[in-house]
Amino acid sequence: MAATTGQAAPPGRLADDVSVARVGGPGPADRRRARRRRVLRKLTTIALFLLPALVLYLLLVVFPIFQAVRYSGYKWSGLGPLTDFVGLDNFKRALQDDVFRGAVKHNAIIVALSLCIQLPVALGVAMLVNARLKGRALLRLLFFAPFVLSEVVTAVVFSLMLQPDGLVNHSLDKAGLSALGADWLGSTSLVLYTCFVVISWKYFGFHMVLYLAGLQQIPRELEEAAAIDGANRRQIFRYITLPLLGPTIRISVFLSIIGAIQLFDLVWVLTGGGPVNASNTMAIYVVDWGFKRFQFGYASAVAVIMLVISLVFALLYQRFVLRRDIEGALTTMGR
Amino acid sequence: MGAVAEPLPNRRRGARRIRRAGGRGLLYVLAWIVALAILIPLIYAVLGGFRDTGQIAQNPVGLPDPWVPSNYTDILKSGTFWRQLWNSVLIAGLSTLLTVPLAAAAAFIFARFAFPGREWFYALFTLGLLFPVAVAILPVFIMVRDLGLLDSPLGVVLPQAAFGLPVTIIILRPFFASIPADLQDAAAIDGAGPLRFFWQILLPLSRPVLATVSVLAIVSSWNAFLLPLVVLTDSSQWTLPLGVTNYSTEHGADTAKILAFTTLSMVPALVFYAFAERHLVRGLTSGAVKG
Repeated sequence: MAATTGQAAPPGRLADDVSVARVGGPGPADRRRARRRRVLRKLTTIALFLLPALVLYLLLVVFPIFQAVRYSGYKWSGLGPLTDFVGLDNFKRALQDDVFRGAVKHNAIIVALSLCIQLPVALGVAMLVNARLKGRALLRLLFFAPFVLSEVVTAVVFSLMLQPDGLVNHSLDKAGLSALGADWLGSTSLVLYTCFVVISWKYFGFHMVLYLAGLQQIPRELEEAAAIDGANRRQIFRYITLPLLGPTIRISVFLSIIGAIQLFDLVWVLTGGGPVNASNTMAIYVVDWGFKRFQFGYASAVAVIMLVISLVFALLYQRFVLRRDIEGALTTMGR
Repeated sequence: MGAVAEPLPNRRRGARRIRRAGGRGLLYVLAWIVALAILIPLIYAVLGGFRDTGQIAQNPVGLPDPWVPSNYTDILKSGTFWRQLWNSVLIAGLSTLLTVPLAAAAAFIFARFAFPGREWFYALFTLGLLFPVAVAILPVFIMVRDLGLLDSPLGVVLPQAAFGLPVTIIILRPFFASIPADLQDAAAIDGAGPLRFFWQILLPLSRPVLATVSVLAIVSSWNAFLLPLVVLTDSSQWTLPLGVTNYSTEHGADTAKILAFTTLSMVPALVFYAFAERHLVRGLTSGAVKG
């Protein structure tokens, strides 16, 4: 999605170019006036089309971000005027709070697990669906379905399945594997990994669809030619499929990391961040302090930290990873 | 892969075919394992709704015995579910009707007009992809409250539409830019200004991509949770995701009822998905592939 940023569009030509050319031999003053009118009309058109979106966006996305920065300097309950300025105290407090540090760590663990497990699995499944299996259209439809289910529905169903006496433990018992049963959502050491499995269930289809689209762009002739030259399957994957899939993988990694930094709905409904903050995330921490304990200033400071993490990551990623794609990944074979 | 051009001795070809058949079988097994992993929670929810809670505790596997349709029928007879369904439809519809036209107009400018600062404005919109609702939720809440829009569908619709603009503009711009300039010139010679070109030529030509962004907007509104959670406190205004969480805390021990309610709330999304899957996939993959 973010990848299209690099494409510059051709400037559109306006009707006025033509109408002015039709007028025969105007004096220099006339011409200047006509030009000024043309520019004015173009600006009016631009304003007319761009302003509604821009105003809505500035008012409800950009302005709130600045407001969050402003609130973060105050001790404030969300009601009444902002009076109690505390400088950077809120930030200091957040960075020293073990619960917040834990939340950052949990986000980082989810990022790492997503990159090391969820995305490779998604790539594997994409290749599976891309192979000429019978019923692959149906498989694709099925694998992608969790993505349209809401986080809430997913979390409610899984939380029931994962209860100590729920479907999962019951099935393990029946299979004679009761030793493997556990309190999946109640154990502080397990809960984060349980959440990760549910997250993967919901989102791997999204990444699969991305990879699938990338795979379908790779000309079959390339792989066939390599096969004729005696390359085995692993070599074809390593030296042809993977490099050509580079741009898609880099976008998928980007979206996965941004998503993991912002993780909220699923975990909120599944565990509420518990037990004992063992599955707390940054976003949950923000909502918790803002809407449950009404410390809007402090919660805003945490939101700003979250924003800075996203921005720094995104800028670095754009600068060092995505730039290669703009230079043309196909012609350089991903080198 | 590409064995066609390969002259192999018969024996080796036979061996290879057998090996490949074995590989095929393995692929099918893997595909089925993943399919089951996806299906089991869904089936569990649907069937669970037909059990009573005693059955779920004793035997959550297998078919319900006896089938208990009353969980479903009770919910369908009560007004709560239908009201929440309507609220969800209303909010998703209004959000989409606001996001898509505004984004289309802006994308038209970004795609076909040159002016100083254009790329700067465009970058401002793309940055929006990085602003999670969670970062802005506190100020957005304050603003919605100050506007007097708490407990009003508009209090959800307006911020949601604003946060939906970036993705929509990013998908629409390259599509609008790819429509040949000749068309616009021809329209201009016939006396059509930019407004008529936009309305009578560009938009009709862009129907597929407009469908795509609309589907994306509908799905993200339908699933939205955090914004409705803080804006809509009055239960008569709740959307389905709020309804589901609340129902599950209210009926804490009654697993079967919760599953029935959850299943019913899945149905509209899944039906919609069955029809709109192609548009959704196209929207999500546009851009991600070309890089």
